[in-house]
Amino acid sequence: MDFDFITKTFVRLLAALPLTLSVWFLSVVLGGLIAAGVTWMRVSGVKPFEFFARAYVMVFRGTPLLIQLFVVYYGLASLPALRASFIWPFLRDAFNCAVLSLALCTAGYQAEIFRGALLAVPHGQVEAARACGMSRLLMFRRIIFPIAMRHALPAYSTEMISMVKSTALVSLITLWDVMSIALKIRNDTLVTYLPLILAGAIYFVVNYIIGAGFLALERRLSPHLRPRPS
Amino acid sequence: MGDLAIFGFGQGGWGLALLQGAAMTLLVSACGLVIGSAIGGLVAWARLSGKLLAGGVGQAYAALFRGLPELLIVYFVYFGTSTLLTETAHALGHEGFVGVPSFAAGALAVGVISGAYQAEVFRAAYLAISRGELEAAVSVGMNRALLFRRIIAPQVLRFALPGLGNLWQVALKDSSLISVTGLTELMRISQVGAGSTHRPFAFYLGGAALYLVMTIATTRFFDVAEARATRGMRRAMG
Repeated sequence: MDFDFITKTFVRLLAALPLTLSVWFLSVVLGGLIAAGVTWMRVSGVKPFEFFARAYVMVFRGTPLLIQLFVVYYGLASLPALRASFIWPFLRDAFNCAVLSLALCTAGYQAEIFRGALLAVPHGQVEAARACGMSRLLMFRRIIFPIAMRHALPAYSTEMISMVKSTALVSLITLWDVMSIALKIRNDTLVTYLPLILAGAIYFVVNYIIGAGFLALERRLSPHLRPRPS
Repeated sequence: MGDLAIFGFGQGGWGLALLQGAAMTLLVSACGLVIGSAIGGLVAWARLSGKLLAGGVGQAYAALFRGLPELLIVYFVYFGTSTLLTETAHALGHEGFVGVPSFAAGALAVGVISGAYQAEVFRAAYLAISRGELEAAVSVGMNRALLFRRIIAPQVLRFALPGLGNLWQVALKDSSLISVTGLTELMRISQVGAGSTHRPFAFYLGGAALYLVMTIATTRFFDVAEARATRGMRRAMG
C-alpha cells in the first residue's frame, strides 16, 4: 500500500467535496420551496390544484432520477425553441441543470413528507386555536407549523441523506464531483478499489454528520417527549 | 420521421427495442430484489440473534450500504468483481481481462443495496409478531424449524409486504444506474436511441414514461398481494 498515493487521492477527492455539497444544498433548499408549493396545492381543496400535485408527486417519485436528469440536461438542450429562449444561458450550464433536476425530484418526496406531517397535526389543536380566535396565518405559524415540523423531521433527515447520495449522479453529466474524480483516478491509475473506497468514506462521513445533526435537532425540539430525569 | 413514428414498431422504429429494455429492467430488478431478500434475511437474522459479533456485523452492513451513494456501489460491485475475477483467472494461468457479465454485476449491486433496506423491513416484521404466539408454539413442543415454517415465516412475509413493495419501486429505479455498465436495460436503450436519432428529449421522456407505467402497474400488483395476505386480519384503521 502506497501511503503517498492514498494521501494524494484523498486530497484530490476532498477538493471536489465543495461541488458535491453545493449541488446538495442548493437543490435541497430549492426543492423545499417547490415542495411547499406542491403541498399547499395538495391540501388546498381546489380540484385542479390537487390533481396537479398528485400527478407531480407520482411522476417524480415514479421515475428514476437519472432519466429525469438526462431529460433536463440532454433533452431540453436539444430543443431548438429552448435554445433560442431567455432560459438558455441558465440551462446551458451543467451545474444549473443538476441543481434544477435534483430539486424537482426531491420536491416530490419532500411534498409527501410535508403532507404526512400536516395530516398528523391533531384536529383538537386546530379547533382550540380557532376557539381562541386565531387568524389562519397565526394558527399556521404558532400551532400547525411547529407540530408538523417535529413530525416531519425523521423522514426529512432520511431524505436529506438520500439526496447526498443522489448527487453522485451529477458525475454522469460532466460535473467534477467526488464521484467523478474517483472514477477519473481509477481510470488514470488502474487502481480499482482505493479511489472508490476513499470516495465512499467521504460520502459516509458527510451522511453521518447530517444524520447526527438532525438527531440533535429532533432532540432539542422535543424536550417534552424525553423521559423525566430520575 | 414523425415524432411518434420513432416509437413505432415498423422500419426504423424503436418501440420493440424500448420494450425489450423495459423487460430487461424488470428482470434485473426482480433478480436484485431476490438477492436482496437473501441478504436482508441473513442480516436481519444476524441482528436478531442476540449475539454481539453477529449483531454488530449486521448493523455495520445496514449502516454502510444505506450511507453510500447507489452509483458508487454499482461501480464498486462491477469493477470490484471484474478485478477479482481477472486476478483469479491470472492465478489460474489465464491471460487478459475477464469481465463479469453486466447483468450479474447489476443484479448483485441492486441486491446489495436492497438487502441493507430489506434487513430493516424483515427485522421490524419479526418484532411485530406477538410474543404470545411464539411462546404458544414452543409450549406445544414445536422444534425450531417447524416454529419458523408455521409461525414466523408466514407472519414475517405478511408484515413485510408493504415495505417490500416500496423497496421493489426503489430497486426498479436503482436498476437504471446499471446502464453505466453497459447492460441494455431501459435507461441504456433510451441513451442509445437518443444518440443515434439525435432526439434525446423524445427518448428520455419516452423512457421515463415507460418507467412510470412499470412503477404504477407493479404497485397495483403489490397492493393486491397485500390485500390478499391480510384478508384474515382485523386492523385499527382502514
